[in-house]
Amino acid sequence: MELVQQLVNGISLGSIYALIALGYTMVYGIVKLINFAHGDVFMVGSFMGFYSITILDLSFFPALVLTMAACALFGVAIERIAYKPLRNATRIAALITAIGVSLLIEYGVIYFRGAQPEAYPGDVLPKETISLFGLSVSSQSIFILGVSVALMILLQFIVHKTKIGKAMRAVSHDADAARLMGINVNNTISATFAIGSALAGAAGVIFGTYYIKIEPLMGIIPGLKAFVAAVLGGIGIIPGAMVGGLLLGVIEALVSALGYSLWRDGAAFVVLILILIFLPSGLFGKNVREKV
Amino acid sequence: MKTSKLAGVVLSFSLIAGALAGCGGEKSGGSATSGKGGDSITVGANLELSGGVASYGQSISEGLDLALSEINEKGINGKKIVLKKVDNKSEAAEATSAAIRLATQDKAVAIIGAATSTNTLAQVQVAQDNKIPIITPTGTNPAITNKDGKVNDYVFRTCFIDPFQGTVAANFAVEKQKSKSAAVFIDSSSDYAKGLAAAFKSSYKKKGGKIVAEEAYVAKDTDFRATLTRIKSKNPDFIFLPGYYEEVGLIIKQAREIGLDVPFMGGDGWDSPKLVEIAGKEALNNTFITNHYSSGDPEEQIQKFVEAFKTKYKGKSPDAFAALGYDTGYYLADAIKRAGGADPEKIKEALAKTKDLQLVSGNLTLDKNHDPVKSAAILKYENGEQKFETKVNP
Repeated sequence: MELVQQLVNGISLGSIYALIALGYTMVYGIVKLINFAHGDVFMVGSFMGFYSITILDLSFFPALVLTMAACALFGVAIERIAYKPLRNATRIAALITAIGVSLLIEYGVIYFRGAQPEAYPGDVLPKETISLFGLSVSSQSIFILGVSVALMILLQFIVHKTKIGKAMRAVSHDADAARLMGINVNNTISATFAIGSALAGAAGVIFGTYYIKIEPLMGIIPGLKAFVAAVLGGIGIIPGAMVGGLLLGVIEALVSALGYSLWRDGAAFVVLILILIFLPSGLFGKNVREKV
Repeated sequence: MKTSKLAGVVLSFSLIAGALAGCGGEKSGGSATSGKGGDSITVGANLELSGGVASYGQSISEGLDLALSEINEKGINGKKIVLKKVDNKSEAAEATSAAIRLATQDKAVAIIGAATSTNTLAQVQVAQDNKIPIITPTGTNPAITNKDGKVNDYVFRTCFIDPFQGTVAANFAVEKQKSKSAAVFIDSSSDYAKGLAAAFKSSYKKKGGKIVAEEAYVAKDTDFRATLTRIKSKNPDFIFLPGYYEEVGLIIKQAREIGLDVPFMGGDGWDSPKLVEIAGKEALNNTFITNHYSSGDPEEQIQKFVEAFKTKYKGKSPDAFAALGYDTGYYLADAIKRAGGADPEKIKEALAKTKDLQLVSGNLTLDKNHDPVKSAAILKYENGEQKFETKVNP
């Protein structure tokens, strides 16, 4: 019974990792860039959600939609200002820029509002503890899991059934060929950043309502964990990010359940190392032979 | 030509002297009454009046002012205490130089301060070198009075030390909550939490209880559900959680969500309005903290102090820092009285022999390490408000 309870704990944590990991994976898939500022978009999202709930007095869903829209714009702005000029530079230059953007966002937020934590109001979502066969599950975690799954299904729909999704897949496959076919590569990349950042913003709001406490450096660890989740599933592959995120959440919960709670963060990175050694392309990755 | 040069020199000297005198602050008793002679006794206060933890220093200073104005109404052996306050700007280096100034220039017979353990530790060497007693109202780190097994014989404190709160919590758990099996959940990155937990465990076991689970987390963690589920499966009837309010708030909230409804208890690290915001009012019901004192304690001496404080500071309710500042004034005055004069050496000996001194924050007796053995107040959270629950003696 305790094991089932721990699985429930792990899945609710994992669904947040999965939402952040999706953004990592989409951006990597299309421009081959590990966007280290992604965790900070998540943080900015949780603050935007906080301010729209407390200052604009919105309820959960309007706040979620507003935050997703604002984060989408924020993500596009980051891409246009910081990454686009480096599109043809070496990959290491873009990577270092991403780290720089990440620090800029973190300390920019600290500069404007200070480093003290903020607490989400407790009554954003109805709070009830549901008892099922001896399990205690809060209605919030079910609700949050539902919202995360709905967003992932929506993403699958966008990627596979819409025109922009088709363009994204084409650019990800071969940017030059896509350009020759008349696809506007720049707009497609911007759209990818917009969607990824919107998901990170949503994860931020969900995190805030679920864990209450938010602060300017909160994006670092979830960002790194989500990166591990993306690599675990196979970076660049969308279903891989979802599975990787959920799996990582469950692994962490089980490590704590065994009494090694201090090793929980370590376990996540051991997973990264093991995956890189034994399955470098991830669980869902295909082994692509490079042409010489 | 020569005379004008001389006048210039004299003028500039007087300017410097003026500036130096200005530095001392307005509370100066004047250099005419030195520490030892005359009809007044100079006492220094080295407090955090500005900077990061200014609210601590301000509270102590208010409590201290109230105590001294009461003491000076009667006087000590016909003498009045003159307080010379210096602002250490919440910085250790400033605290050291302020202590040197008070000891050497102002000839203070004793120094009160600082509020934090770090700034107090910065003065220990000055006190030992200049043979002048210092009393920190609120520095709780054990190393202040005792270093490497050796007592710093010129250093004293009014508050209890960190591990003592763990002992008090264990007594409360066993005697008042009838707890038999407790869990301990600590912040493994904080010496404060580890000290409290170690004291709790040894006292709890001595009282016949059983520690059924010991878990740890690291500051800045946000998800504790997995560990809490593990704790829940061990069925403890009491959980000791000696951390700081940010994580404590999250832990209590998540514990209540997974149906862990047993009492939680912690130390003064919980004491912040943010705790209520993060955990929520309902989740905090059935949780307790140990603190130095409570303004809601019905005891007569405490209510008299709360009343006097409110009258002097426009209805402001005194926090634990103000109470300890107030007590420090009386603690020192008592020692000066028993020393029979203003000799720092005799005051130091009188301070060390303090016994059964009735103060607002409890009955103060010093142990051989210069650490007070005194009662702690236990507060209970009820709908987000701290209510006075009981007092536990060591």
